[in-house]
Amino acid sequence: MYNGGKIIAGLVIFLGIVTFPIYYNAGKANPGPSPSLDTPAINQMKVKHCVESRQFMRANHMKLLRGWMSMVLSGKGCSYVSTTGEKYDMSWDTCWKCHSSKKQFCDRCHQYMAVDLPCWKCHSEPNT
Amino acid sequence: MKALVPFLAVVFLVLLVIAGVKAAGLYFLFGVAVPYAAAAIFLLGFVYKVVKWGRTPVPFHIPTTCGQQKSLPWIKPNSIENPSGTGGVIMRMLLEVFLFRSLFKNRKTKIKGDYIAYSWAPWLWLSGMAFHWSFLLIVIRHLRFFFQSVPVPVQALEHLDSILNWGVPALYITDVIFLAAVTYLFLRRVTLAHLKAITLPADYFPLFLLFGIGASGALMRYHLRVDVVGVKELVMGLVSLHPAAVAGIGTIFYIHLFLISTLFAYFPWSKLVHAGGVFLSPTRNLSNNSRVVRHVNPWNYPVKVHTYAEYEDDFREKMKMAGLPVEKE
Repeated sequence: MYNGGKIIAGLVIFLGIVTFPIYYNAGKANPGPSPSLDTPAINQMKVKHCVESRQFMRANHMKLLRGWMSMVLSGKGCSYVSTTGEKYDMSWDTCWKCHSSKKQFCDRCHQYMAVDLPCWKCHSEPNT
Repeated sequence: MKALVPFLAVVFLVLLVIAGVKAAGLYFLFGVAVPYAAAAIFLLGFVYKVVKWGRTPVPFHIPTTCGQQKSLPWIKPNSIENPSGTGGVIMRMLLEVFLFRSLFKNRKTKIKGDYIAYSWAPWLWLSGMAFHWSFLLIVIRHLRFFFQSVPVPVQALEHLDSILNWGVPALYITDVIFLAAVTYLFLRRVTLAHLKAITLPADYFPLFLLFGIGASGALMRYHLRVDVVGVKELVMGLVSLHPAAVAGIGTIFYIHLFLISTLFAYFPWSKLVHAGGVFLSPTRNLSNNSRVVRHVNPWNYPVKVHTYAEYEDDFREKMKMAGLPVEKE
């Protein structure tokens, strides 16, 4: 190999950078965020359900809430009919009724994913 | 035709995922096995390529230059365009790698009447810069999936990238630039006749693949949506070497992941490995010092020679008899 020292040094630096996430994380336990569903309102429910299905809410809650915001702000109505036919107020209070702690629900996943969300620039969080 | 086959290849890859994940439910194969295999092929292939280049001799001293060489003390040398030492080479290499300086010098040549006119043609440079830099920022942004607590610089970059605050989830500026740049890089190959003529399927395939990656990523983020926490749990499992298939992530994620895996596995064997090759280009990594330091061709072997002195020794008597002059009596 010609100039082997320089080439291998460069290669080692490159491999060190690209494999950093692996040797940094290797073998570590990485618990997921586990948002808490242990609130009085949820515990009282016979069939635990949100506004829409769990699968849908996990992926789309931000779009749903943004849709509510547009509806309310444009005065097109403030009542949401879910796919199962239930009626909900398009309001944070609908969320807070069950998910009464922002810290133990919203923040868990948002911190895990480092989501930089604009909700709390205007809205206040629940008191509890 | 040259573009159609690579296009169909990328379409086939997408259909393969849809069949494998949606129809057959091969979550472990597409979520764990394929990414691991792709990462292994990438790392080993990259090392193989670089070592292979390192073992290739450079017979001639061939730095490309376009500036004044270092010569007499009162002539000002251009140490970057015509590097005379390691410092200049490093400077030139850094400018090349980070700013694509040689592309920036591109000029368009045209015959106007009876003279030649040169004009500035920065479009390839501009789109190349836009593509590579936005791709780098997108890769760095994705590091939020690779660390349990997201590093602050990654968070800062994400904040900066979504600073327009358009829509929910917020639009990333780099996504727009990436897709626009790849689209432009494709269009220039199909609209300019002289470029179209020299474009091979191996030039189209990475463009379609990169567009597929960008488009599937954008579609996933802005429209179809997947359970992003599930995605991070899958990725954290992969990088902590405790892989486990995670249920409930949409097919679009597996399409995105499979196209990226394809890119990684394809990388070392294609033109994309210029990422490593640029550092090993003799035209770029040699300093122009061939008048100071002798470049020895590594191919050189001891050549069998027969000097004049030996020739004279062999034929001295005959030369004398023929009346030819000899150096040694």
